[in-house]
Amino acid sequence: MSSETTITAIPTGVVGKQSPGIWGFNGSQLIALVLMLVALGVAPFLLYPVFVMKLLCFALFACAFNLLIGYVGLMSFGHAAFFGMGGYVAGHAAKVWGLTPELSIIAGGLVGAGMGVAFGWLAIRRQGIYFAMITMALAQMVYFFCVQAPFTGGEDGIQAIPRGKLFGFISMDSDMAMYWLVAVVFVIGFVGVHRVIHSPFGQVMKAIRENEPRTTSLGYRTDDYKLVAFILSCGLAGVAGAVKTLVFGIATLTDVHFSMSGEVVLMTLVGGLGTIFGPLIGAGVVVGMQNYLAELGAWVTVIQGGIFVACVLAFRRGIVGEIGNLFKVKL
Amino acid sequence: MLETIEGLIGVPAPLLFGQLLLGLINGAFYAMLSLGLAVIFGLLNIINFTHGAQFMMGAFVAWMLLAWAGLGYWWAMLLSPLIVGFSGIILEKVFISRLYKLDHLYGLLLTLGLGLIIEGVFRNEFGSSGLPYRIPAELSGAWDLGFMFMPIYRGWVVVAALFFCIATWLIIEKTRLGAYLRAATERAELVQAFGINVPRMITLTYGAGVALAAVAGVLAAPIYSVNPQMGSNLIIVVFAVVVIGGMGSILGSIVTGFGLGIVEGLTKVFWPEASATVIFVIMAIVLLARPAGLFGKA
Amino acid sequence: MSFTRRSVLATGAALGVAPLSRARAQANTIKIGVLNDMSGPYRDISGPYGVACTKQAVAEFGMQGFNVEVINADHQNKPDVGAGLARQWYDQGVDLILDVPTSSVGLAVSQVAKEKNKAYINTGSATSDLTGSACQATTVHWMYDTYMLAKSTGSAMVRAGGDSWFFLTADYAFGHALERDTAAFVRAAGGEVKGQVRYPFPSTTDFSSFLVQAQASRAKVIGMANAGADTINTIKQAAEFGITRRGTKLAALLMFLADVHALGLQTAQGLVLTESFYWDLNERTRAVTRRLLPHLNGAYPNMASIANYSATLHFLKAVKAMGVAAAKASGTELVNRMKAMPTDDDAFGAGSIRVDGRKLCPSYLFEVKSPAESKGPYDYYKLLGTTPAGEAFRPLNEGNCSLVRS
Repeated sequence: MSSETTITAIPTGVVGKQSPGIWGFNGSQLIALVLMLVALGVAPFLLYPVFVMKLLCFALFACAFNLLIGYVGLMSFGHAAFFGMGGYVAGHAAKVWGLTPELSIIAGGLVGAGMGVAFGWLAIRRQGIYFAMITMALAQMVYFFCVQAPFTGGEDGIQAIPRGKLFGFISMDSDMAMYWLVAVVFVIGFVGVHRVIHSPFGQVMKAIRENEPRTTSLGYRTDDYKLVAFILSCGLAGVAGAVKTLVFGIATLTDVHFSMSGEVVLMTLVGGLGTIFGPLIGAGVVVGMQNYLAELGAWVTVIQGGIFVACVLAFRRGIVGEIGNLFKVKL
Repeated sequence: MLETIEGLIGVPAPLLFGQLLLGLINGAFYAMLSLGLAVIFGLLNIINFTHGAQFMMGAFVAWMLLAWAGLGYWWAMLLSPLIVGFSGIILEKVFISRLYKLDHLYGLLLTLGLGLIIEGVFRNEFGSSGLPYRIPAELSGAWDLGFMFMPIYRGWVVVAALFFCIATWLIIEKTRLGAYLRAATERAELVQAFGINVPRMITLTYGAGVALAAVAGVLAAPIYSVNPQMGSNLIIVVFAVVVIGGMGSILGSIVTGFGLGIVEGLTKVFWPEASATVIFVIMAIVLLARPAGLFGKA
Repeated sequence: MSFTRRSVLATGAALGVAPLSRARAQANTIKIGVLNDMSGPYRDISGPYGVACTKQAVAEFGMQGFNVEVINADHQNKPDVGAGLARQWYDQGVDLILDVPTSSVGLAVSQVAKEKNKAYINTGSATSDLTGSACQATTVHWMYDTYMLAKSTGSAMVRAGGDSWFFLTADYAFGHALERDTAAFVRAAGGEVKGQVRYPFPSTTDFSSFLVQAQASRAKVIGMANAGADTINTIKQAAEFGITRRGTKLAALLMFLADVHALGLQTAQGLVLTESFYWDLNERTRAVTRRLLPHLNGAYPNMASIANYSATLHFLKAVKAMGVAAAKASGTELVNRMKAMPTDDDAFGAGSIRVDGRKLCPSYLFEVKSPAESKGPYDYYKLLGTTPAGEAFRPLNEGNCSLVRS
């Protein structure tokens, strides 16, 4: 009764020729990347800067998640723990310790990665559904911790976190200044994830996804690879949470709650598991939906659930995966 | 004797016994829910994320039967699992059955989505503050056990949960139907080849697992707040219970459920602040020592 | 790919996320944005009812030289969504944001209001920081806070004979604050605190163990320093264990009429709680309830939903007093004007707003009736005691609000 199909439903037939390109981007991906950079450049003038920043934070979070699910085949259901904790630590660092934004963000990333070490060490002992349930249970513990710990401010959260001065002298108070910082962090994270995937390390990750026993028999210690991938993903999630905290000036329980773990799954699924641009598009859809549906009223959860169902049943490749399939390119 | 215990652990003995008993009652819910999950997982290879929502539906259907049709608790005990189980069968036929050829994780995502939809619809329809449901007259009141005051209804919960757990176990381990089920879990194609309608068996199994959740929901309705999010709060703990027990055995999930309920009850006496996390801590320890779970096959 | 990017941009614009051109609202229209929980755990406290109460106030205020438009949105209890929407609304010409339950969202919106210099009236959060360390010149806190709940329930309950307490406390900041404040008032009024148990929040559904511990302390009152489903579960299980039948009183520190309705009188009878409003309090409250009922879909107003009515009326009066143009120009000035004018409406009677943004009104201690005492729909409360407006809230100089000159 067990099934061998992996979680990424992208048929390898459509992938076309693997030209090395720059940083592992192939031709069509380069075009898309340039378009993305242009869009990043004009977006704050067309759209609400804070909205775009939020979108980018979630996109980065989804990229981190996608690194695990799309390329290692590990489904974490507790990624909110790293995202939220990164946010709390960055918020605390910026507000109480008075650290500069870049240091706060680094602190958030380090905490995410550090938690990833502990969680990963426990969770990679099991696979598939068990892995999902274990990460979820551990994240729930983190949530309980955050509800009670004094430094998180409990239900009130950490409020009025100053954005501070980048490197100690560039004020981040204006939305545009903050936007460029967020955009740069996002692009670094985005390209970095891509670079990892196309490194020799990334090739082993994909080999694990496709056939773990075989990878082991080739002499790779797959658990080590999985753990490193997990830590990378958690660190990046921490960075995303930290940036979001600085954008909004708040760090609250919402970001460590289980539903946030569910939302990042949804973003990645909608955009396309294992696609490079999928997380960005997925984040756009989910964040846009939350903003838009807010004015409609009470049906947010229902529609989110509906999208889950529709994606799983009909669009397993996600938006980007379907488009890629249509044009026979890998995006 | 009681004084000795008190002297040993510094907690009044009546309180200790009381908590043990109450822990057993909590364990009854864990056992029933993790049992349903285990039954479903055994045959469908799907972690049923909708389980919490179906537990909630069980309680809501009991309320609806009372409010709209004037049917009391005992009717609810009979009809609510049937109705919710039937809704589960429809879900399986329409949605879940399409996923058997895919990775298990898609099943998780699908049932998560279905759970969100159900919860959202109930919240829109019934609000969030909950609905009243009373303990049936026959079961209200309490016994004085000497060391504590024991509501009759709590006793009933334990008895009923034990009954359903043992019945499920007997059906699966001791009957011909159970033998087919176990066979299909191992080699579905082979069982199919013997002329047994495996897809229908899968559908009915899902319905039965869901019905177990609904029974738990009806049992919970008089003592817990009947609100749309009542299931989602519980389900993550139940998942941890499942990880600890390992989903390999039916008996394992029952024993783990009751056992962890008792452990949690004891924690509430000695260190109440930790009673929410104790199950997760146990989960971490079990994972370190026995990754397959206490009763799981490696 | 390019297609997707463009479509996302297009969708973004269509969703109204950045319509710079639309930012110019009509000059003679006052816009009120009700930002609350339409789909989560606080929905029944205010949610659609809060919106209906706001609209009723607008209808009763009528046409007085300017138009009033009410919009609403669901903040989904997410501070980033709430703060994002608030920012957008203020930029698009919304003049007042109202309601905002959940402390984390309530505080986040307060920051945005200050930044944009726009008026903000919170009627749904319980945190007393809104008029304390986090107070802003643009913020008014219209309804209950932890201090007021603790004071009314703690002192009035001791006066009514409940002089020994045991606390059942949700183990997080809100629960701790309620427990600490209430315990202080209990002691100040001559009562005694026999103990407390802190249970994990938000994962506890079974409170029977804690109730047994509470009962073992032989306290006369079990104070529930929690809210929402926790309170409801506690009360249900206390009834099951016969705790209330044997003379122990349950005191809910944050509870609303809607919660009592959800429990049913059979279970809730004898419960003691604090609200600032009850529909059957006097002639004026009955009158306003009668006018509201057709819009509430069968429910009755409670202090949180009807606070939106009261706040909207006062806000519109202030706008009228200073003129639409001046009101739109500065949220600080608008709120200062609101503070300078006495408040008066059918829901809360005469009152005022303090310099720290605290709206003052009396608080009432109620006991829930037994089914036999109740004569009609929502006939649930009997009055046990009143704390006058001047004493109900935290004294001005104890809040650490920067607006208060010591």
